[in-house]
Amino acid sequence: MPKEYRTIQEVAGPLMLVRGVEGVTYNELGEIELFSGEKRRCKVLEIDGGNALVQLFESSTGINLSNSKVRFLGRSMELGVSEDMLSRVFDGLGRPIDGGPEILPDKRMDINGLPMNPAARNYPQEFIQTGISAIDGLNTLVRGQKLPIFSASGLPHANLAAQIARQAKVRGTSEPFAVVFAAMGITFEESNFFIQSFKETGAIDRTVMFVNLANDPAVERIATPRMALTAAEYLAFEKNMHVLVILTDITNYADALREVSAARKEVPGRRGYPGYMYTDLASLYERAGRQKGKNGSITMIPILTMPEDDKTHPIPDLTGYITEGQIILSRELFRKGVTPPIDVLPSLSRLKDKGIGEGKTRADHANTMNQLFAAYARGKEAKELMTILGEAALTDIDKLYAKFADAFEQEYVSQGYDANRDIEETLAIGWKLLSILPRSELKRIKDVFLDQYYAN
Amino acid sequence: MSKGTIKKVAGPLVIAEGMRDANMFDVVRVSEQRLIGEIIEIHGDQASVQVYEETSGLGPGEPVESTGAPLSVELGPGLIGSIFDGIQRPLEEIMKATGNSLKRGVEIPALDHKKKWHFKPLKKAGDKVTGGDILGTVQETEIVLHKIMVPNGLMGKLRSIKEGDYTIEETVAVVDTPNGSSQNIALMQKWPVRVGRPYQQKLSPDMPLVTGQRVIDTLFPIAKGGVAAVPGPFGSGKTVVQHQLAKWAEADIVVYIGCGERGNEMTDVLNEFPELKDPKTGFSLMERTVLIANTSDMPVAAREASIYTGITIAEYFRDMGYSVALMADSTSRWAEALREMSGRLEEMPGEEGYPAYLGSRLAQFYERAGRVVTVGSENREGALSVIGAVSPPGGDISEPVSQATLRIVKVFWSLDSDLAYKRHFPAVNWLTSYSLYVDTMRNWFNDKVNPDWMNLRGRLMRLLQEEAELNEIVQLVGMDALSAPDRLKLEASRSIREDFLHQDAFHETDTYTPLPKQFTMMQLVLDYYDQAVEALDKGVSVDDLVKLPVRERIGRFKYIEEKDMQSEYQAILKALSKQIEELSQKEDF
Repeated sequence: MPKEYRTIQEVAGPLMLVRGVEGVTYNELGEIELFSGEKRRCKVLEIDGGNALVQLFESSTGINLSNSKVRFLGRSMELGVSEDMLSRVFDGLGRPIDGGPEILPDKRMDINGLPMNPAARNYPQEFIQTGISAIDGLNTLVRGQKLPIFSASGLPHANLAAQIARQAKVRGTSEPFAVVFAAMGITFEESNFFIQSFKETGAIDRTVMFVNLANDPAVERIATPRMALTAAEYLAFEKNMHVLVILTDITNYADALREVSAARKEVPGRRGYPGYMYTDLASLYERAGRQKGKNGSITMIPILTMPEDDKTHPIPDLTGYITEGQIILSRELFRKGVTPPIDVLPSLSRLKDKGIGEGKTRADHANTMNQLFAAYARGKEAKELMTILGEAALTDIDKLYAKFADAFEQEYVSQGYDANRDIEETLAIGWKLLSILPRSELKRIKDVFLDQYYAN
Repeated sequence: MSKGTIKKVAGPLVIAEGMRDANMFDVVRVSEQRLIGEIIEIHGDQASVQVYEETSGLGPGEPVESTGAPLSVELGPGLIGSIFDGIQRPLEEIMKATGNSLKRGVEIPALDHKKKWHFKPLKKAGDKVTGGDILGTVQETEIVLHKIMVPNGLMGKLRSIKEGDYTIEETVAVVDTPNGSSQNIALMQKWPVRVGRPYQQKLSPDMPLVTGQRVIDTLFPIAKGGVAAVPGPFGSGKTVVQHQLAKWAEADIVVYIGCGERGNEMTDVLNEFPELKDPKTGFSLMERTVLIANTSDMPVAAREASIYTGITIAEYFRDMGYSVALMADSTSRWAEALREMSGRLEEMPGEEGYPAYLGSRLAQFYERAGRVVTVGSENREGALSVIGAVSPPGGDISEPVSQATLRIVKVFWSLDSDLAYKRHFPAVNWLTSYSLYVDTMRNWFNDKVNPDWMNLRGRLMRLLQEEAELNEIVQLVGMDALSAPDRLKLEASRSIREDFLHQDAFHETDTYTPLPKQFTMMQLVLDYYDQAVEALDKGVSVDDLVKLPVRERIGRFKYIEEKDMQSEYQAILKALSKQIEELSQKEDF
């Protein structure tokens, strides 16, 4: 039985100071027992001689300096994992909330995980067909990638994420898959939207959900994504499943991180977020990937809402530096009724190059992709010019580009949340749009492909 | 040997008591698990230690033991082709020992201490030697001849030296020093990472580090022994630029430091480099590459050490007389690691929370680059070029790391997100980038490539500059307001951008352009412009000139292999003259 301390000295926000402890170690898990017998969890943030600074994972309501007790459990925070977790719903700290029985764990895993040896990584290169042209054709997702959705308040990122979860598949395989879903501080409605969407397609049987809603304690959110990723690692690397992890909303997670940092009176970095936020976010995102000698994989789609639609805000900024690209949603396209409103130009998939081409998608994919990007960029420029100076100010060729840009948004990007296009269809639409332009403009496409596919 | 106990643990910072005898920057072993750390501050008998491994589970009372030596790297055969972590532990070996995850307290030496290498002496017994002299060689890979040097500071007469197969610890030679003692020399030596390796004299750079990247070689060249910075927001292609340089830069040795970046990027290098052939030697690129990886999920303190580990290895090869290129991706992550430790030490922060010594630390790092005469009696010349990526938050280079870097570097490749969105890669902005080596390299380019090189380069730069000015007018009043010569100018600069500057890193031919081909390509876009200007004077309409069919061939010239280059160039010139001729005749009637 571990020693009990009744020496809580201070409680301030999510932090608590315990005096006179012995044998307590950094990052150790603690348990607070209230007078009523209720137990709450916490972890050691700093240990200085006999003083332990601990961070609560739950609300501090009801903690009393004279009669609340603290025990340190001699281990860090763990999650009991088992295949039975599939189809179950847990709270942000991994306790079942769907009324079902407790999980009988196959093993217990430290929720912080261990860094993956870069020499042991397998480079992700298996094309995932999401059925969404703007992703498959231009910002291709591959197995083991971490590709966030940069959204903003009021944009339909949930619809897009649900569509990806519903339609994503690797062609020609039927390997076991699973979805791990972690909700951090989102509303009941949004969380319910995902649950309904998983139910409709039957994916719910292969889904593990960790739900921390907007009215749950904010500090709990710091553990939630780690719980989810621990479950994902177990399913992927011990049970050989292909796991899609959806984390929503990273902005709420980062705010919880800031809350703890502010309570510790740390020197803040940009906008009050802690200086170590990059490292902290990386310790989540880098858990995606593939490993040598393992069949399974973790593909990650974190969702974040950009405050004030600002891509340079620290949360999207640091995320973009860690993840392998980003899918950006645009308010302007959303207003125009483009669904999904993916702004393809600033969107990017860094791993696409090894996932496309002959034997994966089709040989002409890379060339047409570059050409579509370049043409759309020029078309948008032409359209901007047109709004200032009128159509007459454009050269003939720029008029074609402007026409191309409109058609591109309407036909290529805007496909609705139910259309599931295979890659051939996506490429065909691309060629159809490129035929608006004269062949001499298509400098980024090899002649052989032009001969084969260009129709004009 | 000083032994103390842990008093405080806060993240990667451990404060130990009873360390009165320890030195600053000594390596210490923390707790029973013997985690590696380094002393970065001493107050009385309390030492602050930055621990290079995860500190979960450490608590007060556990032992801390100083090794009495600073953080050092092992230098010797076996470096090439390896991937090390930030404190030079071999990641491949660690994987074999402990599996796919990085566990703590693993003790594996950096280099293979059992492998035998064949040593061929170049000196004989009785020769006088001094630190830096080459005793002999080991053929480390097919292209790297590893030169075994007398350790710095040692001097005397060779008593014995023998050819044969040795491990890196065995004695290959014995030196009698003037004070009567004798010293054994092995294939391996050690060097503390925070101390630059000495040289006799620094020289100013006089030739470019050819990279095969057109925007770099032609517009903003970097010198051998020079320093360059690549800042840019995420998604602007910093890493691809760094990878391209690591692949194609004309260096004998490449040291690539992945500092706080993505794990998959290191995997990419590990997978791809062995497959790629060096255009000069025809051997795999991995046979000249050393990798240092501290990915963003690996312990943050080792990130701070990683760039020192990398540059010390690079200096060691420079001392052999090689041209070494070092890429650090990204120095911003290094600076953030510095900031994190500084915060935990409760130092007074400077700008944006970075420590006040950020600028001087950065300068110390970049100053280790340069073209030098190495130590030793042989007056070898070696060069170490450093290319550092910077990741400014939000792409705004007014932040402290970018600004401190810009004060030091001579070449600045400014990556631009607007260009990246248009998929114009490399997204180096030609208006804001600069190279201060252009003037010193002038003679080299004119002598070695073509006497007209600098002249053509100047014309390209002028056209691009004029394009920017004309574009401002177009934004205001439209294309129609431009005169025909100005419209032609815009077309020519578009051709410079699309047909010359844009370069596809993933195309087998376009990924690397030798200098003569770069020159021909410059000629080609300017030939079109010159002839078109002439035709315009003769009354040919600008629309016809813009639509000239031969321009498609000019655009595809970048995909032509070097051996077919001249014939295709001549053919295009012929077609160009013919088509312009036809247009002028049309006007005549």
